Amino acid sequence: MSQDFRLDNVGMVNREKKISFKFNGKKYFGFEGDTIASALIANGVHLVGRSFKYHRPRGFFGVGVDEPYAILQLDRNNERDPNIRATEQEIFEGLEVKSVNCWPSVSFDIGAINNFLKMFFPAGFYYKTFMWPPSFWYKIYEPFIRMAAGFGEASIKHDKERYEHKYEYCDLLITGSGPSGLASAYAAAKNGARVILAEDKPRFGGSLLTSDVNIGNQTGIEWTEKIIAELKSMPNVTVKNRSQVFGYYDHNMLVMSERISDHLPKTQKYLPKQRLWYIRANEVLISSGSIERPLVFGNNDTPGVMLSSAAKEYMKVYGVLVGKKPLIFTNNDSGYETAIEFKKNGVNPIILDTRSNPSSDIITEAKNLNIEIRFSYVVVAAKGYKKVKSADIAKISDDKKELFNIENIECDCICVSGFWTPSIHLASQSGNKSKFNEKIDAFVPDKSKQKENTIGSANGIFTLEETIKDAFDKGFDVSNKITEKNNKVSVPTVVEKKSSDHDKFWCVPLPKGKSYKRFLDFQNDVAVSDIELALREGFRSIEHVKRYTTLGMATDQGKTSNLNGLQLVSDIENKVVPQVGHTTFRPPYTPVSIGAIVGREVGKHSKPTRKSPMHSWHEKNNAVFVDAGVWLRPRYYKQGNEGLFEASKREAKNVRQNVGVCDVTTLGKIDVKGPDAAEFLNRVYTNAWLKLPVGKARYGVMLREDGIVMDDGTTTRISENHYHMTTTTAQAANVLSHLEYYLQLVWPELNVNVVSTTEQWAGAAIAGPNSRKLLIKLFPNLDVSNEGLPFMGYKEADLFGVPAKIYRISFSGELAYEINVESDNGYFMWEKIMEVGKEFQIQPYGTEALSTLRIEMGHVAGSELDGRTIPYDASLEGLVSKKKDFIGKRSLNRSAFTSTDREKLVGVVPIDKTTSIPEGSYIVKDPKAKLPNPKLGHVSASCWSVEYDNPFSLAIIKDGKNMIGQKLFAMSPLKNKTIPVEIVSSHYVDPEGKRVRS
Amino acid sequence: MLYINCPHCGLRSQNEFAYGGDATVKRPELNKEISDQEWDNFVYLRKSPRGKHLELWHHISGCRQWIKVERDTSTHEIFKTYKANEAIE
Ligand SMILES: [Zn+2]
Repeated sequence: MSQDFRLDNVGMVNREKKISFKFNGKKYFGFEGDTIASALIANGVHLVGRSFKYHRPRGFFGVGVDEPYAILQLDRNNERDPNIRATEQEIFEGLEVKSVNCWPSVSFDIGAINNFLKMFFPAGFYYKTFMWPPSFWYKIYEPFIRMAAGFGEASIKHDKERYEHKYEYCDLLITGSGPSGLASAYAAAKNGARVILAEDKPRFGGSLLTSDVNIGNQTGIEWTEKIIAELKSMPNVTVKNRSQVFGYYDHNMLVMSERISDHLPKTQKYLPKQRLWYIRANEVLISSGSIERPLVFGNNDTPGVMLSSAAKEYMKVYGVLVGKKPLIFTNNDSGYETAIEFKKNGVNPIILDTRSNPSSDIITEAKNLNIEIRFSYVVVAAKGYKKVKSADIAKISDDKKELFNIENIECDCICVSGFWTPSIHLASQSGNKSKFNEKIDAFVPDKSKQKENTIGSANGIFTLEETIKDAFDKGFDVSNKITEKNNKVSVPTVVEKKSSDHDKFWCVPLPKGKSYKRFLDFQNDVAVSDIELALREGFRSIEHVKRYTTLGMATDQGKTSNLNGLQLVSDIENKVVPQVGHTTFRPPYTPVSIGAIVGREVGKHSKPTRKSPMHSWHEKNNAVFVDAGVWLRPRYYKQGNEGLFEASKREAKNVRQNVGVCDVTTLGKIDVKGPDAAEFLNRVYTNAWLKLPVGKARYGVMLREDGIVMDDGTTTRISENHYHMTTTTAQAANVLSHLEYYLQLVWPELNVNVVSTTEQWAGAAIAGPNSRKLLIKLFPNLDVSNEGLPFMGYKEADLFGVPAKIYRISFSGELAYEINVESDNGYFMWEKIMEVGKEFQIQPYGTEALSTLRIEMGHVAGSELDGRTIPYDASLEGLVSKKKDFIGKRSLNRSAFTSTDREKLVGVVPIDKTTSIPEGSYIVKDPKAKLPNPKLGHVSASCWSVEYDNPFSLAIIKDGKNMIGQKLFAMSPLKNKTIPVEIVSSHYVDPEGKRVRS
Repeated sequence: MLYINCPHCGLRSQNEFAYGGDATVKRPELNKEISDQEWDNFVYLRKSPRGKHLELWHHISGCRQWIKVERDTSTHEIFKTYKANEAIE
């Protein structure tokens, strides 16, 4: 198809580079620098979608972020991107886009029947219709709404694109590169401030790209290019295009999304698709400009009705005509600029001006160009279904209430201008309460809440001369505050045409006997009649009206609809707009992709992965890993066809019979040093620590102040004032913070320092009856007899030339030792243990065997110490000192904690000795009791006892020890199992603890 | 995201810190007889003021010091920050 609506030699697209793309499967051509919108309009395509509720035909309404209609779905490099604004997305070779919200096609859409049923879709339709009965919601209402509603379809595939986050700091962030943004950036940069200038569009300049002005003897475009070139050459300035500052958060942090690769056929190597910038700015100048307001009339949503400024930009930037028989409908001078542009390009427009007798330079110019102008004229209704074909126009009375001389005139587009609305979104997000400016009929920012100032048309300043002067001043003032420099640049002279006042008229009355839909919110299909209905039904607060009618709640956040909605409410309510107030603006200003928000923290990158120095050995020896906090730990080492069950059983059995070795590097380790270390530990742990001799370890339990067990572990006195504390893998970080809290805030008088040494030491636990024999071979010069290195003893020795620390501690209940070496020697240590241990049938064991060993010994771990247990619940009463005070002790007197009713630790064995009990099962007396069955407690951990070769579990149940010997039931509704069980002691294996002391 | 002036490190973003709650709570002395009510107040009861609030933050990804921050809970304005044992003005 040829580009029938493309002008020769006009605009800024690159005519040298033709680009082909597909829209709804059909191939079109455009030029480099075109957006989907400009390229389609050049090809005469105006029907691109269907509206949300009534499925009415949708075309293009704007030319940028405010676009309510042209939302498309994009396929790029086998990735799907829903909800792309055709007015922003640049075309590239091979681009494929399609319409959304229509079926089977945009031209013939079944849903459009809603348009004829619109009496059934009034304001609050969803609230009214889909309420009762509740049972209908899931099966009938929701699927219906889902089918009928929504725009694009998100992909369910993993997004292979890369997104990045960047943190940046600057003196001054400027949000928009229109005249005020450029001027202030230039003034501030020249005064030494570190400046970031962000522009949403690919091209810098904002309104300077399309306005007929002169700055310092240059055109707007020339001046823009000169300033941008100079800014880019300055080391203290960052200039970014395709970058939208969309959120203003606390303490002057703003977030900007940079579309780095969206305009390219494929993301380039080493570059992300999009980058999210977290910018902490000392000061912010908001120069986000203003958005033209629509005028409201019958069928004003017909494709071909669009903002007059958009029509002008399509001509001046893209060299594209939005129509060849344009009707300009305006209440101010802006419409004239568009008309003049049409005329210059050989097209004859007709201007309908709602004002009766305005005069200004630009109106004179239009008259001189012989443009047909009709004063006190309005468009009553657009005619045509998929595209404007004509318009009913009429003369309007001075009080704007009555229409005369209705006639139909032919046209193929209607360019509307209802004056300008400042984009106060960012200022409002910052906390700035806006104020109403009567002169421009719109809200502007009021007192700055954070370190922000709004400049240019975003602040309601609509003349270029004032804008430039004010922006130069603000740029200098703000930079002067920061840099304390005084390099002031001179303000260039500005030549522009003076315009006359706008008419506060915004909505055309309905002619007698007509019931045209007059739309306010074009994306959510909210019409004047919907607002009227909501008010009749008693809604008053603008926030309620918004939610009831969905006015301004679509993806464009009401950029073109907010003010007209407020006008209507205030007209009906007989209030002035500021009394009605506006709804709250919240981030994001424009939609942001989820990928950009998530950044690189996806999948395996969502948290760091920590590996022990022996990790590669485990990998080489068929370890199957499991996540333990941020650590990767071997769960079991697979031999042949073994699964988890067989392998862990073999490994645990080998510990009980021979000797095993387990990587315990992940345990938290904290060095506690200082003359008051013993006193500190005595306060932190529940048991006594003052008399622990040097060279001895002790098991300890620490509580939170509320009496709940926080963590457990062994701590060893290395020397007089030096202790080595171990924590569980999961609690390591919390315990360190806990210790720092008490040392820094509660007992600063204690002379103690704590530091994490988890990463400094590699650890190997050697457990089993053969472990002493192995130790003799590893440390031939060390006395490791039961007398030389008794249970809970500590020694330092040399491991084949490497310094090692040997702790005789046991988690498995077997004779066991833990060897620590500096991390760099961890791999060496492990290999030596395996090599020397061969003759003693050593096998490595993973976390699953480790669990089995501790469960059948009745040692508590995280599944018992789950944030609900106090020491008495976990059979740890022997560790609670009666004599001294410690953290959390006072809470143990609480009546709830001393009640005999508390659930306590026991063992559970299935009567049939074969059925494993699912973890989490309830223990009940009578499985057939009426639901909810009174529960005695729950199963916290289960294993296959390798000692007795039958299942064994730990449970925490009411009246704990007194229940031993009782026959009860373990019920798992989740697994649909009821298992008869017997309650036994939690110490299932070696209850006297002989082995650890052997 | 807040911008917190750590008295040891300077201005740092909130994501380097962990929140630590009310800084005005004082732990009862060890070995001191106190009533259930007093203990309950210390462990559980916290005011949730709208406005100025002295609170603890732990510079967990920085100097690892606990600091006190005087912050307005409704506006997030931070008036002053203190070292753990600095006298509060
Ligand atoms: Zn710090």
